[in-house]
Amino acid sequence: MAKGLTKKYLDFVAVNGIDFAVRRGESFGFLGPNGAGKSTTMRIIAATLTRSSGEIKILGKDPELSGPEIRAHLGVVPQQDNLDEALTVYDNLYIYGRYFGLSRKYIRTKIEELLEFAQLTEKRDAKVEALSGGMKRRLTIARALINEPEILMLDEPTTGLDPQARHILWDRLFRLKEQGVTLLITTHYMDEAEQLCDRLMVMDKGSIMAEDSPSELIKKYSTKEVLEVRFGSDRNSEISNQLHNLCERIELLPDRILLYADDAEKVLEEIRKAGMHPLTSLVRRSSLEDVFLRLTGRSLVE
Amino acid sequence: MAESTRKGSLEIVDVKRALRFGTVFVIEARLRTMAHWFWSLLTSSLLNPFFYLMSLGIGVGTFVNSRVGSVGVDGVKYIVFLAPALLSAVAIQDFMGEVTFPVLQGFKWHRTFFAMNATPITGRQIALGTYFASMARTIGSVVIYFGVLSVFGAINPASSWPMIFTSLYAASCFSALMMAAAAAAKNDDLFLNVMGRLLIMPLFLFSGTFYPLNSIPAPLRIIGWISPLWHSTELGRWVSYGHEISPAMIFIHFAFLSILLVVGLLWAFNRFEYRLSK
Amino acid sequence: MIVNAAVAIAESRIGRIGNSVYSGRSRAVIQRSYLAFRTSGWIVVATGFLEPVMYLFSFGYGVGKLIGDIEIAPGHFVSYAAFIAPALLATSAMNGAIYDATWNVFFKLRFDRIYQGMLTTSLGPLDVALGEIGWALLRGLLYSIAFMSIVALFGLITTPWALLAIPAAVLIAFGFASIGMAVTTYIKSFEQMNLVNIVMLPMFLFSGSFYPLTIYPDWLQLLIKSLPLWHGVVLIRSVSLGVINTSLIPHVIYFLAMIGIGLFITTKRLTKLFMR
Repeated sequence: MAKGLTKKYLDFVAVNGIDFAVRRGESFGFLGPNGAGKSTTMRIIAATLTRSSGEIKILGKDPELSGPEIRAHLGVVPQQDNLDEALTVYDNLYIYGRYFGLSRKYIRTKIEELLEFAQLTEKRDAKVEALSGGMKRRLTIARALINEPEILMLDEPTTGLDPQARHILWDRLFRLKEQGVTLLITTHYMDEAEQLCDRLMVMDKGSIMAEDSPSELIKKYSTKEVLEVRFGSDRNSEISNQLHNLCERIELLPDRILLYADDAEKVLEEIRKAGMHPLTSLVRRSSLEDVFLRLTGRSLVE
Repeated sequence: MAESTRKGSLEIVDVKRALRFGTVFVIEARLRTMAHWFWSLLTSSLLNPFFYLMSLGIGVGTFVNSRVGSVGVDGVKYIVFLAPALLSAVAIQDFMGEVTFPVLQGFKWHRTFFAMNATPITGRQIALGTYFASMARTIGSVVIYFGVLSVFGAINPASSWPMIFTSLYAASCFSALMMAAAAAAKNDDLFLNVMGRLLIMPLFLFSGTFYPLNSIPAPLRIIGWISPLWHSTELGRWVSYGHEISPAMIFIHFAFLSILLVVGLLWAFNRFEYRLSK
Repeated sequence: MIVNAAVAIAESRIGRIGNSVYSGRSRAVIQRSYLAFRTSGWIVVATGFLEPVMYLFSFGYGVGKLIGDIEIAPGHFVSYAAFIAPALLATSAMNGAIYDATWNVFFKLRFDRIYQGMLTTSLGPLDVALGEIGWALLRGLLYSIAFMSIVALFGLITTPWALLAIPAAVLIAFGFASIGMAVTTYIKSFEQMNLVNIVMLPMFLFSGSFYPLTIYPDWLQLLIKSLPLWHGVVLIRSVSLGVINTSLIPHVIYFLAMIGIGLFITTKRLTKLFMR
């Protein structure tokens, strides 16, 4: 779908010649820290940002030549809610439906369904400025569904939501996927990426670091398990030198040491045998966070 | 879940229709927003002319008329002289208000234009929709103002009605330019202040609004010449009570305003598309 | 050390009247406004003073030509520009104070939540109220000095008493700012903010700024005379013309009352809004 896609600003390259392809009905994620170029890529796909060079086709069309035709089949949830604060919840959905040229009759029925979907039925006549952050987010997402889009694009959909609200949203997105909607999601949460995405593109500084399914990425770039140990911030780096040969790979973070091995319990035993006693220790399965650390040498969430 | 009935946008959205009527949908959205303010807009549309006419037309008018006597100002009573200027001023003020604030809001405060642009709606359609919605609202307030002026005897409605069109035209022209300026503004606070105090205030005060333009010192008259309000008022006085004006000047007034319109709209299209695709 | 000093200051206030709402440090609030102004607001302030000057030129010289001199007392005529200049100063004191104490405060109160932050420190609601109003007055003072200089430059001042117009303008601004801020603490939406404008416009147009009240019927004159701007206009006009006598006292009392009532309500409301 995209080849050599590049977006340059005056003095910095936001997206640097990336190639990727998303299949119909797939749930595709862009994972990376803030400033990785995820949102920029999303806006180019959404046909609201002109690219500097490269090629891209969305639903078989070039966004620069047929922006409105493409946008007719997209549902866009931007990072920052841009609801019409002067209007009510109902009117926001209604007007947005009109922008797609939908008939009033269709919109009226669809709104009832979306209000229920977003659990905003009781707030239908409330002004948007009176809603809580989570409600606004749900409304923005409901709004993006008014045209039953072929591709739903969500930029950091759950940032700022509480855990319960996130899980509800994930459930809703999962159902949409089951109905054949293509999902494009950017996120810097690994759990979100793991939960929702069939395939992931790990981005950093405008480039693609890796691309595969979440489980394959972990298999490829990390070990099965990880041991996290703490010896106190002063001693971590000193001790880490002695641990190298106990595991496949080691990462020294400011507050802890990560030891990568297929059997982390065994590593912990060996550390204890060697007479070192960490203040805290934790054995866990590898996650996308570890993949990201391996690929970029940095944490996802700073 | 109800959405198991899903058909998908390929079936639901009529792209051709969405493209053709985009401007109409934006107008609808703007008018819906204004409807929330309907009573407040109506009240100020009624009270505003009432206050100005009472205070300046009748109050100042009493003193002016007693001094100039039957000679009048420009040959007529003060309130008759004032009426075309007030009508022009309110047309410009309302039209401009409804294209500048929504534009700042759309690009900066609530970013609603970006939401519109995520649908098939184009930048040009957003600009035109905002513009025509404002025009609709301005027609409303100009007609009300015209009615109040008639009640005060400041105009003869039977012969002065073309004034509605001259002031509306002038407001349309200048507002196109102001809409573009609002879209181009980087700093909204600065824009509003400069607009209000360095542009609108002098134009209001030095456009021959309250007295013939040639009664102030020549250097200040330049403000009047470049002011859409002066061009609008001159035309208004001409159609309202037969203020003397040469055919050449009539042409110049219309030409000046038309240039503002063309430049303003082209610049606005350019800025809207640029801001949305940046 | 700093902590000790802070504790000492706090302790020194314990037991004093009003210490639950006032810590004597409204200067910190003024300073904040100054810092914010240094980074962004200077052009807003700079252009603010142009408004009365433009009105003076436009009306004084334009309308003045049509209207001629104005008789302010039997047999006592002044030029139209000299007649409206004091009124414009009073009006600009009112507008500046209302702008600072309503729009500005409204945003801080409802959107920026600046007062919430302030009131979690040792500042009390009265500090905040006085601080905000103090800042408005500083600006008002600057505007008045600038405006009077221009008025003097154009030969519209004939008596040294006119210097009193500056403190008078500050008094007027203080009154409007206090009441304005009190009203703002009740305002919840932009729609209600617009009501403030609807009240201000007729006050500006009818308070004897542009012509003597004598053309109105008695009942209307009485109504206008109950409004604050009329008192401001008369006060500044009198001192500008060198009419200094006991007739000014009621006007001064009117504004003192506005200040007292305004501050009282503002303090109560801020306490209620933030310290329940």
